[in-house]
Amino acid sequence: MADRTIKVAQLARVEGEGALKITIRDGAVKQAELNIFEPPRFFEAFLRGRAFTEPPDICARICGICPVAYQMSAVHALEAALGVTVDGPLRALRRLIYCGEWIESHGLHVYMLHAPDFLGYQGAIELARDHADIVQRGLDMKKAGNAIVALVGGREVHPVNIKVGGFYRAPRRRELQGLVDQLERGRDAALATVRWVAGFDFPDCERDYEFVALRHPAEYPFNEGRLVSSRGLDLAIADYPQHFQELHVAHSTALHSQRAGGGHYFLGPMARYSLNFDRLPALAQDAAKAAGLGPVCRNPYRSIVVRAVELVFAFDEALRLIADYVEPDQPAVPCEPRAGTGHGATEAPRGMLYHRYRLAADGTIEDAVIIPPTSQNQPTIEDDLKSFIGGWLDMSDEALRWRCEQTVRNYDPCISCATHYLRLDIDRA
Amino acid sequence: MAETGTRPKLAVWKFASCDGCQLSLLDCEDELLAVAGAVEIAYFLEATRAEVAGPYDLSLVEGSITTAHDAARIKAIRQASKRLITIGACATAGGIQALRNFADVRDFISIVYARPDYIETLATSTAIAEHVKVDFELRGCPVNKHQLLEVLAAFLRGRQPATPGHSVCVECKQRGNVCVMVAHGTPCLGPVTHAGCGAICPAYDRGCYGCFGPMESPNMAALNHWLARLGVDQPTIARLYGTFNVNAEPFRAESQRHGG
Ligand code: SF4
Repeated sequence: MADRTIKVAQLARVEGEGALKITIRDGAVKQAELNIFEPPRFFEAFLRGRAFTEPPDICARICGICPVAYQMSAVHALEAALGVTVDGPLRALRRLIYCGEWIESHGLHVYMLHAPDFLGYQGAIELARDHADIVQRGLDMKKAGNAIVALVGGREVHPVNIKVGGFYRAPRRRELQGLVDQLERGRDAALATVRWVAGFDFPDCERDYEFVALRHPAEYPFNEGRLVSSRGLDLAIADYPQHFQELHVAHSTALHSQRAGGGHYFLGPMARYSLNFDRLPALAQDAAKAAGLGPVCRNPYRSIVVRAVELVFAFDEALRLIADYVEPDQPAVPCEPRAGTGHGATEAPRGMLYHRYRLAADGTIEDAVIIPPTSQNQPTIEDDLKSFIGGWLDMSDEALRWRCEQTVRNYDPCISCATHYLRLDIDRA
Repeated sequence: MAETGTRPKLAVWKFASCDGCQLSLLDCEDELLAVAGAVEIAYFLEATRAEVAGPYDLSLVEGSITTAHDAARIKAIRQASKRLITIGACATAGGIQALRNFADVRDFISIVYARPDYIETLATSTAIAEHVKVDFELRGCPVNKHQLLEVLAAFLRGRQPATPGHSVCVECKQRGNVCVMVAHGTPCLGPVTHAGCGAICPAYDRGCYGCFGPMESPNMAALNHWLARLGVDQPTIARLYGTFNVNAEPFRAESQRHGG
C-alpha cells in the first residue's frame, strides 16, 4: 500500500493525553503530527496576582511525575528576582531531593513505560507475569527515590517542604543516614539495570540533533549552570528568551518551542549526557562504556541506556550528598519582596524546564512564563517520526503503530506538563 | 494468579489533572504486583497499552471536567462502570484549574495562548459528581496512597472504606506534633481540613494549606477568628482558601467573601 494513515488514538505509557497521526503518500511519510489534547489548565494565568511565596506549591500541580522539577525551577527564578542566593547545605538538600525525583521518574520510565516496548509486552504488569523479579527490581529503585523525596519533601507527590529561600524544616543528619542502606542497594540495582537494558535490540537510527542542556563548571547538572548546546550555544539562563521562541500550532494545546531563527532541538537525558559526560562520576562513565555507549549518544532508542546511567549517577550522588551533609543553621534564607524579573532553568527528568516571573514591589506576581521540556521536544519528536518511519513502511499497521509509539516514548513525554498531550493516526490514504 | 475474566475489572480514567493521583497507585511499590494479581487491570493508559472492553467493576477517575468532550466521556464511563470512585481534589472538587470559575476564561486563554481560536475549553472546571453519580470520593491533592489501597480493598470486599472525616488537627495530635498555630503563630488550615495526609505540613514546621479540602461540618468562623488574631489580611485569607479545593464549599464561599 503506497498510501495509508496510521492513528494512535490514545498514547499509552506516557504521562497525560496525546495522539499521533502519520500520513503516508506514494510510499513516503508526508506528515507526522503529535497531538497534545490534554485540556489546558491555565497555570500562567492564575499565577498572576498570587504572592511570590506560592509558586512552589501551585506549580507542583502542573505535573505529578516531576513536581520537584517545577518547584526547583520556580524557586530559582523567584530567588533570582529577589536577589537571593541559596548555597551550602540547603543547596545540597535541593540536589538531594532532585536525585530522588530522577530516580523515581527514570525508574518508572525505564521499567514500567519503556522496557515493555523492547521486550514486546503491552506494559509492565504483563512483563511482570513472566519476569516478576526484574519488575520488582525497578519498583524497589523507584521506592528508594520516593523515600528521598518523602523524607526531604514530606511526601512523594507534591512535596510540602520546599519554599522560596530553602525549606520549612531541614532534615537531621541521622534521618538522612537512615536512607543509606536502601540507596546502596539501589545503586547496585541501577548498575544491573544498565547491563540489562544494554542487551536490548535497538533500531539503527541516529540523527544529528542540537542537544540543549545545562552545564555546570564541576557537577552533572541539576539546578545551575549555563545553557549550552552541541552547536555552540553558551548562555546565561536569563538570556533564554532571546534565543528560543514558542509557537502555537493548531494540533496541540502544548506550545511548541524552537530556536530563534527556526531550528528544533533536543532536551533530556541524552542531551544532558552528551553535553556533560565528563561531569559524570567514574562509576557511571564506566557503566556507560561497558554498555557500549560513547561520550555522545545520538540514537534516541538508546535513551533507555542513558536513563539507566543517570540512575547510577543519581544514586551515587545522593549517597555522596548524604555522606557530606552538615545540618544548616537555618532551614531557609530570608526573602524580602522587591520588584524585578527572575529566570530559572533546572534539569527535570525529561529535560530543561524554564520559568520566568515578574514581581511587583510587594512580591505580587505580575507575569509568569513556564516552558516545560515536552513542549520543547515536541517538534523533535515529530522530526524523528518523519525521518525514521520511512524505513519501516513494509510493517503491518499494528507493528508500525507500536514502533511509532515507542519512538514517542523515547522522550518520556510528559503530556500533563506539556499543556501546556497524545492520539496516533497513520494515514496511508 | 487468577485467569483473566474471573477477577474484578479495574479501570483508571484521566480528565484535567496532573497525573499525580493515578501515579500514587504506581507508587505502591510493595503492593502493586499484588493488586495487579487481585484485579484485572482493564484500562490504565499510564501503565499499559492493553485495553479490555467494559463493563468495568470499578472505575477510578482522576481529573476534572473542563471540555464538552470530557463532559460526554464521563457519562459513557459511568454507564460502563458498576462502581465509580473519584480520586483527588481535581475529580472531587474541580482542582486548582477551577480558579477559572472565578475569572473570565477568555482572559485566561489569551494569557497563555497566542491563538485562542485553537483552544476548546469550558468556562468552568467542575467535579465529576456534578456530572454523574459517584459512589465514593477520595480526597487529597494528591490522594494518600495508603488511603487509596484501603478504598480499593474496601470496594473489592464490598465494605465501606475507613477514611475518617475529621480534621487534620486530630491527625496532628495523633502524630504528636506541636501545634504550629499555638506555638509559632503560623496560620494553619488544619482545623477545617479533611484528614488523610497524616498532618505532614505541621510535621515539617509549616501550616496546613488545605490540599485535602474541607472536613465534614468545619467551623469556619472559629478559624477565621484565629487567622484575624494572627493578623492575616483579607487577600491572604482569600488565597489560602483559593487553591486546590477552591470550588469545594465552604472553601469557595470563604475565598470569595475575603475578596478572592
Ligand atoms: S488532585 Fe492534585 S495531585 Fe491529584 S491529579 Fe489533581 S492536581 Fe494532581
